[in-house]
Amino acid sequence: MKAFDYIRAQGVEDAARQAAEGATFIAGGTNLLDLMKLEVMAPDRLVDINRLDLAGIEEEPEGGLRIGALVTNSDLANDARVRRDRPVLSRALLAGASGQLRNKATTGGNLLQRTRCLYFYDRDMACNKRRPGSGCAAQGGVNRILAILGTSEHCIATHPSDMAVAMLALGARVEIRTAAGETRLLALDDLYLLPGDRPDRETVLAPGDLITAVLLPPPAPGRQTYRKVRDRASYAFALVSVAGIVEMAGGRIARADLAFGGLAPKPWRDPRVEEALRGRQPSPDLFQAAADILLAEARGHGANDFKIPLARRTLVSVLQELTAEAQA
Amino acid sequence: MQTTLTVNGQAHGLDLDPRTTLLDALRHHLELTGSKKGCDHGQCGACTVMVNGRRINACLTLLCMHDGDEVTTIEGLGGTGAPSALQEAFVREDGFQCGYCTPGQICSATAMLDEIAAGWPSHVTDDLETAPVASIGEISERMSGNLCRCSAYPNIVAAILKVAEARK
Repeated sequence: MKAFDYIRAQGVEDAARQAAEGATFIAGGTNLLDLMKLEVMAPDRLVDINRLDLAGIEEEPEGGLRIGALVTNSDLANDARVRRDRPVLSRALLAGASGQLRNKATTGGNLLQRTRCLYFYDRDMACNKRRPGSGCAAQGGVNRILAILGTSEHCIATHPSDMAVAMLALGARVEIRTAAGETRLLALDDLYLLPGDRPDRETVLAPGDLITAVLLPPPAPGRQTYRKVRDRASYAFALVSVAGIVEMAGGRIARADLAFGGLAPKPWRDPRVEEALRGRQPSPDLFQAAADILLAEARGHGANDFKIPLARRTLVSVLQELTAEAQA
Repeated sequence: MQTTLTVNGQAHGLDLDPRTTLLDALRHHLELTGSKKGCDHGQCGACTVMVNGRRINACLTLLCMHDGDEVTTIEGLGGTGAPSALQEAFVREDGFQCGYCTPGQICSATAMLDEIAAGWPSHVTDDLETAPVASIGEISERMSGNLCRCSAYPNIVAAILKVAEARK
């Protein structure tokens, strides 16, 4: 690990100022320290934000939930309001990482974790995300775990989070405190950038921007599920995952909020898929048509071609599950 | 970086390079070598300790991030004279072969049983709102962050299940 200066943040303002001057935030550290040991990331200065007062989960007057950026993945998964009203989020968190990691990993850090692309981790390999302009060895390489949607010729990495996929389906917004002291709210989908020709740029955050909370709207009616397909039954990243919230009315799909993990460089949501389901009676043909829309632009890279049919089957299965009662 | 913390009930002040992980501080500076370094990347769980009562990977956290914290290692759970219930069960059920992962397994299991007792659900819990019950499936899922390359898993699970059932 390269040497660095370490500072304990004295408050949110202090943390943001340090970061605006070039320091890197550290919260749980479960991804950052891993990358620092490999020298994939080598910050000169770390600002420790763990003691900031951002670890609470509060119910908002209109029924929404404000989740502090330092709430651990364990505490969020176990929160009674999340378990009862937003089970898709509990399920997604519990499907991720291990008990030890969930106890340390935070809400803000989970959103900002880096890809687990093997070529990003291996400093001897070309990677445009790690070293812009060096190329992408994953294309034509070992790319079984990598993306089929939203990629570019420069990068096919996936975003690894389960939590963010569930939050995207739930319509989460991210609260950001800027270095100038302003607070802004961003739809979670707008936090992330697609790789394009700058895969090293992953979010719209500017230096000094600190995620302070994630805001969830009041609970949505309907059934929720998080389906994760992976190489091991536990403690593995998603090959494909689907977060689904479906509300039925009179035998028809009143609303379907769907988000996907393991498929793209960011948690993926496609409003055209949801539009195609809205107001329709559930049927195998309808589900296949929804998958056609989701995967119309999907492109495999050899070893990950299987993700295209896997994503189709997983989506169809989730839709069957979430509409089953109404069908029966 | 000056860091003050409590380890197994004893206060310590350490002034070390900020790169020092909690694991290296325990092993190299406090001579508590029970916690093991396996992968050093948070994947194997051999370094599992409890910080403020919660299990974490000591290799994936810096000592300086733990100013004021209370750490419990395998040495703090019991010893040859007075083993903890889990330590005794691991011996009785033959829950290891080479033994390298065992301190991490036992620290992890100690905190994991507290998590079940506190009602935390897991990936395999059917109903998120009903108190979970220790079972082979629940224990296997909740212990997936602790690898055993000798693959003593059946006996590890049996040892943990014995202790869980004795506590009911």
